[in-house]
Amino acid sequence: MELHIKNLCKSFDGRPVLENVSFTAGPGVTCVMAPSGAGKTTLLRILLGLERPDSGSTPSDVRWSAVFQENRLLEHLDAMGNLRFVLGAALDEPAADALLTELGLGDTAGKPVREFSGGMKRRLALARALLAPSDALALDEPFTGLDEENRARCLALIRRTAEEKPVLLVTHDPADAKSLGADVIKL
Amino acid sequence: MNRNTAQNSIRPWAVIFWLLVWQGASMLFVALWPNGHLLLASPVSAALRLGELACTAAFWRAVGGSIAHIFGGFLVGCVLAVALAVLSARWHLVRELLYPLTAAVKAVPVVSFIILALVWLDSRSLPLFISALMVFPPVYLNVLAGIAAADAKLLEMARVFRVPLGRRLTGIYLPAVLPYFRSAVSLALGLCWKGGAAAEVIGLPSGTIGERLYTAKVYFQTPDLFAWTAVIVAVSVLFEKLFLALVDALAGKAGL
Repeated sequence: MELHIKNLCKSFDGRPVLENVSFTAGPGVTCVMAPSGAGKTTLLRILLGLERPDSGSTPSDVRWSAVFQENRLLEHLDAMGNLRFVLGAALDEPAADALLTELGLGDTAGKPVREFSGGMKRRLALARALLAPSDALALDEPFTGLDEENRARCLALIRRTAEEKPVLLVTHDPADAKSLGADVIKL
Repeated sequence: MNRNTAQNSIRPWAVIFWLLVWQGASMLFVALWPNGHLLLASPVSAALRLGELACTAAFWRAVGGSIAHIFGGFLVGCVLAVALAVLSARWHLVRELLYPLTAAVKAVPVVSFIILALVWLDSRSLPLFISALMVFPPVYLNVLAGIAAADAKLLEMARVFRVPLGRRLTGIYLPAVLPYFRSAVSLALGLCWKGGAAAEVIGLPSGTIGERLYTAKVYFQTPDLFAWTAVIVAVSVLFEKLFLALVDALAGKAGL
């Protein structure tokens, strides 16, 4: 699948945030880089259907999966409960268990997310995005709060996913883009 | 226990103090007037009378009759309030339409509603209607506030992942609404027992606590008056504790 984004414009209170943003993203990682406040998150929100652009076109029938800037987890549920909330009956528990173990969350059954550390929550948010059925993945600063070891684990999983579908990655760190062999879009 | 909880809880010594004040006042009435015991029954005579009443079948029939009317009204009011709060959260027009109604029910004295409703309803339906009316505003307004307090970012997440409505309700809305619903129910149960008992006293449906209260007043049976009042308070508190325990158990089962 290829994502075609054409002449995307968005402004807030008359202040332009995105001006004629155009790019095409196929399977692989496309890295969106820009200084803070330059519209990276706005771009992802438009692609996810959470904001309407002032003008321009985005692919309309894409099923997205995402890691948001915040973790957006159900704090009262455990890791598997959060995955079940999104996937419902489609949740493949052995596959989910294997992924959670790979992300260092294998021994958290029954522990509500509110008791997780920041890094654990981030890894669970990534696990949810990887397991949810999707055509494309949007990742907004997915490595926030992760130590080097967990960052490497997550990079490996993203690299694997990007072989099958487009992955849009918002990050500040050029090393992430380099490590993933990503195409870079600067806003 | 924090300082505020300790300050708001009922302390046994304070209860004993006020019972002694009550006992002293009733003894003073008896000393000052020949029929002083009719003006203010003592706590001891009220307790003894309550014990006597509790040994009769008519007592339990009256308690059962009032519970059926008033708690029935509470359930009807709750169901209506929750359903209309959901509709109001979804459609602004419904909220605007219901706003004057909730404001009127909150502002108008309950006795006005009782007298007005007595024109249309028979005396048995009156406590049910009044209880439901008393329950409606606090439950409706609190559930509406709870729905509005649902985390918008979680709702966006659910939208992106195309989570069906049923799971959004149990996963996002229910945890947001439950604390509001719990505090509303705590308030509403007290209100519905007060309003429902007043409706029974005015409408006089046979075999109810309200009818017995009225009879006690007419015949100057002040120990009965206090005994039946104690029954209303006890049943109201009991139902509040039971219902809140049920809500807490459901919340615990849902992992909240």
